[in-house]
Amino acid sequence: MIDLIAKNLPALQVVIPLMAAPVCAIFNRSRLAWLIAFVVAIASFAMSVALLGQTLDGGIISYHLGGWAPPIGIEYRVDVLNAFVLLIVSGIAVVTLPYAAKSVAQEIPREKQGFFYTAFLLCLTGLLGVTITGDAFNVFVFLEISSLSTYALVATGAERNRRALTAAYNYLIMGTVGATFFVIGLGLLYMATGTLNMADLAHQITLRGDTRMLHMGFAFVLVGIGLKLAMFPLHLWLPNAYTFAPSAVSVFISATSTKVAVYVLLRFMFGIFGFDYAYQQSTLQYVLLPLALLAMFAASLVAVFQTDLKRMLAYSSIAQVGYMLLGTAFMTQTGVMATVIHLFNHAVTKATLFMVAGAFVYSVGSSKISELKGLGRIMPWTSAAFVVGGLSLIGIPLTVGFVSKWYLVQAALELGWWPVAAAIVLSSLIAIAYVWRIVEMLYLHSPSPDTKAKEAPLSMLVPMWILAAATVYFGTHAALTSAAASRAASTLISTSNIIWQ
Amino acid sequence: MQEVVLDLEFIIGHYNYWLFVILMMTGLYITVSRGNLIKKVVGLNLFQTSVFMLYISMGKIEGGTAPILTGDPNTVYSNPLPHVLILTAIVVGIATTALALALVVRIGEEFGSIEEDELIEIEHELDFAEESAEASPVPGQGDANKGEPGGK
Repeated sequence: MIDLIAKNLPALQVVIPLMAAPVCAIFNRSRLAWLIAFVVAIASFAMSVALLGQTLDGGIISYHLGGWAPPIGIEYRVDVLNAFVLLIVSGIAVVTLPYAAKSVAQEIPREKQGFFYTAFLLCLTGLLGVTITGDAFNVFVFLEISSLSTYALVATGAERNRRALTAAYNYLIMGTVGATFFVIGLGLLYMATGTLNMADLAHQITLRGDTRMLHMGFAFVLVGIGLKLAMFPLHLWLPNAYTFAPSAVSVFISATSTKVAVYVLLRFMFGIFGFDYAYQQSTLQYVLLPLALLAMFAASLVAVFQTDLKRMLAYSSIAQVGYMLLGTAFMTQTGVMATVIHLFNHAVTKATLFMVAGAFVYSVGSSKISELKGLGRIMPWTSAAFVVGGLSLIGIPLTVGFVSKWYLVQAALELGWWPVAAAIVLSSLIAIAYVWRIVEMLYLHSPSPDTKAKEAPLSMLVPMWILAAATVYFGTHAALTSAAASRAASTLISTSNIIWQ
Repeated sequence: MQEVVLDLEFIIGHYNYWLFVILMMTGLYITVSRGNLIKKVVGLNLFQTSVFMLYISMGKIEGGTAPILTGDPNTVYSNPLPHVLILTAIVVGIATTALALALVVRIGEEFGSIEEDELIEIEHELDFAEESAEASPVPGQGDANKGEPGGK
């Protein structure tokens, strides 16, 4: 039995949440649905830990669905990079669900809570599937599973603010346009190579050489994924979606969905097109690099002037995606490693901060910055968690944010790109401005006398502080994450040129 | 060396791809330019359908029959894979359309309008009402991203 489970681990990782989702919908009782979702999240977390353990030494698990050998059949291919991202996604799901129990109970009507957890599990399925699969078309299918359920999850915020509906609609339109661009790109790649298996695609591309069809395919895939990951000028769906979604959804999608999209981009750029693909190099240098830099500054600046905490964090997310894209644009081992480690670090940091925002919504009823006056005294634990997360966002030493920025600056200096390194540091200064605005509101004002706010319940504080502790722990013990990220970067680079067996 | 200015054979020979491009651009244009939320969904459908055409025509081989084994080794088969892929994409498309229409219905109920410019106006008013309730409005609440996909 144990043997059977161990052998089918990659499939179970996706199948279990997928099967549990309709079960949640059948037992449409909020408590039970929550329990099912939580158990499933823990199971997927355990599986992703096991998968990471098996791949950390550089091994690759190739799982053939239905026994059909690739490139004909669909292959799930787990290497250290997938396993690392799987760990992020399932880990965030595990800490989000205990947090969600109270906040969902407050924000969503009782009869819809079962369906809420159904959509949550489907979203988890999609994100895990995108990450684990080794088949390019499979990526699209899972991407749409996760996106469609995310649109529905965002729309459930309508009970609190009806603008969640228009936010979800706009997200749907832009997300679908992005997904369709992605499929067009895949179609062109298939026309050029005759295969959809990622490893085989990489092999065929090196065999057949460069064609204009490949250029087009690459461009379509880049734009499509760019829409999904909120690459700077394609980010318009993000602020409203994150702002008006229910708190638990903001926590989960801000920490996972853009990260998974960045992973897909990494996989396509380096796993399929290869590290030495010349067309990609010029694209990254002349398109992606300026856009990443622009995102870091423009989005941070816009964040400074927001009046709503959640919206401010959303803009800060766009800026952080800029850092991730910057790492890939360096096209070096250190650069890719900085991106991978920032996936983890930003997921932990942003999840903490959105949990804080959610706790304010729970106690105060609003995430407006002006209503956070003096809450540092009334909600000391929540406010302290914000300070930890905020410091990490800025990149102060002893937090994970510092680790990411350290590697990013190092990657820039390796190439001798001094202005880029300076830009990383300068844009961090803007982060100080927007984090300080909140801290000032929390601590340097006296609370309004008629406030009914009180500290968030324990079920919200504990997940929040687990993540805040992780922010500090992995900021001081960076060896763990950086070893995984560095291995992930080197596997990506080495597999990009090997011949597929 | 003879330079071909207008390769008519190439253009006519690839007519299905031209139709794909035309349909795709039409769909994308409608999605971006129309203010009515339902029309946007229609545009999105056209856009997705064009991709189905791309996949279906790439699987077609001249003189190829349906990929069912006939026992004759000389039979030419069309490539079934793109067709199967597009079945999946059609299902995704239907799910997207259903969700989009459900959202439009809810938007219509909550806001009393499904015209984008009216929705933006209502949301501006909501914003303004929230802001004037505060003691000191913060400058820079320009909110350039408000509910406008794709940009006009």
